[in-house]
Amino acid sequence: MTLNAVLQLVLYLAVLLVLVKPLGWFMARVYRGKPCGLDRVLGPIERLIYRIAGVKPEGEMGWKAYAAAVMLFSGVGLLFVYGLQRLQAMLPLNPQGLGAITADSSFNTAVSFVTNTNWQGYGGETTMSYLTQMLGLGVQNFVSAATGMAVLVALIRGLARKNTATIGNFWVDLTRSTLYILLPLSLILATVLVSQGVVQTFKPYQSAALTQPQSYEEALKDDSGNPVTGPDGNPGARTVQVTEQAIPLGPAASQIAIKQLGTNGGGFFNVNSAHPLENPTPLSNFVQLLSILLIGAGLCWTFGEMVGDRRQGWAVLAAMTVIFVALLGVCYWAEQSGNPRFDALGVDQAAGALQPGGNMEGKEARFGIANSALWATATTAASNGSVNSMHDSFTPVGGLVPMWLMQLGEVIFGGVGSGLYGMLMFVIVAVFVAGLMVGRTPEYLGKKIEPFEMKMAAIAVLVPCALVLLGTAGAALWPSNQANVPNPGAHGFEEILYAYSSASNNNGSAFAGYGANNLFNNTALGLCMFFARFWIIVPVLAAAGSLAAKKAVPVTAGTLPTHTPVFVVMLICVVIIVGALTFVPALALGPIVEHISLPGN
Amino acid sequence: MSKSAEMKSLFDPVIVRGAVMAALAKLSPREQTRNPVMFVVFVVSVLTTVLWVHALVGTGEERASFIGWIAVWLWFTLLFANFAEAMAEGRGKAQAASLRRARRDVSAKVLDASLFSGGQTWEMMRRGVRPTHKPGAALHKGDIVLVEAGDVIPGDGEVIEGVASVNESAITGESAPVIREAGGDRSAVTGGTTVLSDWIVVRIAANPGETFLDRMIAMVEGAKRQKTPNEIALDILLAELTIIFLLACATLLPFSLYAVKQVNAANPDSGAAPITVTILAALLVCLIPTTIGGLLSAIRIAGMDRLVQANVIATSGRAVEAAGDVDVLLLDKTGTITLGNRQASRFIPVDGTSIEELADAAQLASLADETPEGRSIVVLAKKHGLRERNLHDLGATFTPFSAQTRMSGVSLGGREIRKGSADAVAAYVGRMGGRASEEAKRVVDEVSKRGSTPLVVADGKGRTYGVIELKDIVKGGIAERFAELRRMGIRTVMITGDNPVTAAAIAAEAGVDDFLAQATPENKLDLIRQHQQGGRLVAMTGDGTNDAPALAQADVAVAMNSGTQAAKEAGNMVDLDSNPTKLIEVVQIGKQLLMTRGSLTTFSIANDVAKYFAIIPVAFAATYPQLNALNIMRLDPATAILSAVIFNALIIVALIPLALRGVKYKAVEASVLLRNNLLIYGLGGLAAPFIGIKAIDLILGLFV
Repeated sequence: MTLNAVLQLVLYLAVLLVLVKPLGWFMARVYRGKPCGLDRVLGPIERLIYRIAGVKPEGEMGWKAYAAAVMLFSGVGLLFVYGLQRLQAMLPLNPQGLGAITADSSFNTAVSFVTNTNWQGYGGETTMSYLTQMLGLGVQNFVSAATGMAVLVALIRGLARKNTATIGNFWVDLTRSTLYILLPLSLILATVLVSQGVVQTFKPYQSAALTQPQSYEEALKDDSGNPVTGPDGNPGARTVQVTEQAIPLGPAASQIAIKQLGTNGGGFFNVNSAHPLENPTPLSNFVQLLSILLIGAGLCWTFGEMVGDRRQGWAVLAAMTVIFVALLGVCYWAEQSGNPRFDALGVDQAAGALQPGGNMEGKEARFGIANSALWATATTAASNGSVNSMHDSFTPVGGLVPMWLMQLGEVIFGGVGSGLYGMLMFVIVAVFVAGLMVGRTPEYLGKKIEPFEMKMAAIAVLVPCALVLLGTAGAALWPSNQANVPNPGAHGFEEILYAYSSASNNNGSAFAGYGANNLFNNTALGLCMFFARFWIIVPVLAAAGSLAAKKAVPVTAGTLPTHTPVFVVMLICVVIIVGALTFVPALALGPIVEHISLPGN
Repeated sequence: MSKSAEMKSLFDPVIVRGAVMAALAKLSPREQTRNPVMFVVFVVSVLTTVLWVHALVGTGEERASFIGWIAVWLWFTLLFANFAEAMAEGRGKAQAASLRRARRDVSAKVLDASLFSGGQTWEMMRRGVRPTHKPGAALHKGDIVLVEAGDVIPGDGEVIEGVASVNESAITGESAPVIREAGGDRSAVTGGTTVLSDWIVVRIAANPGETFLDRMIAMVEGAKRQKTPNEIALDILLAELTIIFLLACATLLPFSLYAVKQVNAANPDSGAAPITVTILAALLVCLIPTTIGGLLSAIRIAGMDRLVQANVIATSGRAVEAAGDVDVLLLDKTGTITLGNRQASRFIPVDGTSIEELADAAQLASLADETPEGRSIVVLAKKHGLRERNLHDLGATFTPFSAQTRMSGVSLGGREIRKGSADAVAAYVGRMGGRASEEAKRVVDEVSKRGSTPLVVADGKGRTYGVIELKDIVKGGIAERFAELRRMGIRTVMITGDNPVTAAAIAAEAGVDDFLAQATPENKLDLIRQHQQGGRLVAMTGDGTNDAPALAQADVAVAMNSGTQAAKEAGNMVDLDSNPTKLIEVVQIGKQLLMTRGSLTTFSIANDVAKYFAIIPVAFAATYPQLNALNIMRLDPATAILSAVIFNALIIVALIPLALRGVKYKAVEASVLLRNNLLIYGLGGLAAPFIGIKAIDLILGLFV
């Protein structure tokens, strides 16, 4: 490990952990409706929103009403984003004159953004108009994140309250998440990004002269697209000179800010944060990285504060951080060690003063190994999915880390809100087994874990696992899908597995390479994303409702403490064991066999 | 019990023989569907057997011998799980059979109930009335029967007249006879027990099929039927894991087909072949939590059995588990914390009276007092040189204690002596024209502060002689038990009719956390409700009819077998030994039950890691020979999978003693307990199969 890398990784973690408490404190005040500083400015706007929407902010909801509101809101959002894409050719703010998007791609993208997945089967600059980006995707970037946070807060209330039927008001939680947390933070981040050179404009794409003109051979084709044979019997070709390049522009900075903060990850441009106009400098890289995990980590503190025991929040954060750091280490080690096949080609993979060394295939020279490995780990730990390097080009083990982080159920930080509520479902499973081992009916935060909660937790843990396995199996067998896998052998399988792991855990990260923008994958991945989101949200809210109705059991010496290192280890084991036991056979046929097959292993 | 003796009783040959037969009988699909995990094993066993037959008659996907051996061991996995359950049941059945023997068909001597309506007693009418005979099984609630020496009591009921010594060994296993009498807290009798001497008239309290004996037999036999909420929750978790592994294995076939296609595309002569269904079946059975799944019902039955061994009968498994969760124990002072009754320990004369005078008066007032306190006063007086005198010879008449006067005493030759509580005697002295003694009041306060009970002695002339100090003797070792309970997170509350000062002193000596003084049925009930409102689970013991409301309210209520029928019906457990400290044992049994479940679940899941290392390399050997790098146990590819399957089956048998005996409970903090059990069953579960599978593989190597 190079000193430079150690310093960067340590600095990143230190800044992140320092910010946990202030942000967590702020969010707890927001959700409790206490003065948080911003309410003087935003309070009137908030009340105006309620007045216009006809929402009674003090009206509490039971879990069923809460879930119905979530589904209704998401359903309307889905239809809106779908319609916007289908009609974008007729709508304004489309300087490139981009046409309507196909039905399957529109469905996939709409589900993707409504579920906070931001899987992108399309390339942004060649597909989406500015209006679609802003009004469709940008809006969903905010509200899908806010929905996740609202559901989490409802679950926290379920744990904190007792003997009550209600878990809060979805419309209030949604509004406050967006207005007080996501919008102000995005504003700050977007400003910083603009200062670093990220574009923010409505101007059409610009063209610039190439300093070094390029030329390439293009096969000659007739009007119907058939190759034309030259007089010598060989296919004809002509040389094309390229002197200009188109530079895509757009309102990118504002969208990138929320893309990172809301763990959305959907890039404005196709190559996401590897694009120089989306992520130009090491500083822009650092703040984007920071904002990937920022809210997810801060919510752990909010959780501890709201259940009245901050140690509980720290314990969950500790479990997440331990898994994150361990896997980050593996990923960095694998990438820095390089690819033995490059040695055969005479590539120098040793780190030195002039180069980061290691496996630089698919990585930006301005980020190097450490920042690429860190990004890959953070973006899949959180259900962000943005990239600053191409995961498809990682070494087998380096690529296994982000894939497995997704397969763990997106609970290591995870999506904003969704990561923590997913983790709390694992906590229920861990508490159940641990509670039995100390000879008491398991309880968490004074709430007894009974068959109903267990059932809901089981569904929440089971659904993503099932979707990944079934989706991958379907895609591996579907006859017409074989052509969408560009790589042969185990790596091809890995690409399919990665795509379905990403969609079925609402991450949206792409291994690249895999041809996903077609009827089969748009539909199958779309369904995976939909079920992964809502088949977890509904059980989580049901558990919240059931927990809220329970009485609280007082803590005694016989109570299993859930803030101790022993419990943190227990929780880590449960997450790792479920993830490992479910996916080891599949991983064996992908990255593991690929790794073993490398020369020298 | 020594360990070897315990092991011997665990594997009693009669029970083992019965269990082997029962294990085979339990292979019926109807039995198997009751347990989702084992049902999957059942289906997979059938499937592999079909594959084996197919391989024998035609072209199998693997060698017929390989499929055959896998199938054999899958069936053994099921048999071993059945055997575990049958073993646990066998022990219960033996108990039920001995109970049934107690329910011999007896002939009851029925008396006409209407005769007893007008306050008539059998004593008064026994010469003129003859009982009619009726089979015991035909008795109904409200029937009145006469039971005489040598008769078996035909049904559960309440003694309404008479006193008799009864042999209850059929129920309790305790051969020393007990006294059953009308009125008071020793009035309940149980059908099947035998009257040894005298006679009693019993009002039957249960209809046929609802007797205590019936309930006990149903409990012992029915343990396997009902699942507690906690077990249902565990079942959900196990079902979830089973589904996950089912999916992981089922999708492995398409994954493998894809891999074969890829490998063949690069090299058509690779010899790559998709994973076989037999191997998938073996992998699935190894991965799903068969260890805990197979032992789950044995653990439950064994838990109930341990309770029966402790001579406690629970009405439901739920009550046993609730015992593990108890936060507050309400314990009656008398008999639980202190030895039976108070003993006179000192005479303290006042107002110039000599100690001999006081002893003399105290002895006279107690001569006819048959209460243990009264007897102890006479004994103490003897130590002061006073021989026991005969009340009759003195021409004295005894005034027994009554709740109104709260005094007892004697009248002889115009002299009246009274002893009783300080305020009652002070009032008496006042009525008799004397002045309440200031010194006596001081002494009373001092005695009370020591935790003893003062009795004041005075006479009809208004003279106060002094104070008798009655001392409560706290049971030896009880303070340590309470400290242990505190470490388990359980608060102990002492319930006593004493005044607060006395109660506080005894509470301090015994080391309880809290006490309820001057307890009445009402404030006892209030205390339970108060704790329950705070979310705590309350356990208590009781025997009297006035305990019934509190017993009904408590979450875990152990009624004494010697107690009244009402108390037994209100409680959810009955202690046949009538030992109030049993509650502590009951709590431990409840905790053990849950711990055994949790520990074996952890063990079962931790086992899976090694099984992957055993099976995956071989399963894909034809497609990706490189994966043999994962064969870290260096197993023989020919026997690796069979070794894993055999280990998976044998581990069930190996853990039967643990399931029956239960994981040992130590009263330590919960987090320490978790750490210890995680190390033993988590890490142990991780390591054990690596060693076990390798060993089995080496042994199999000798035969291949």
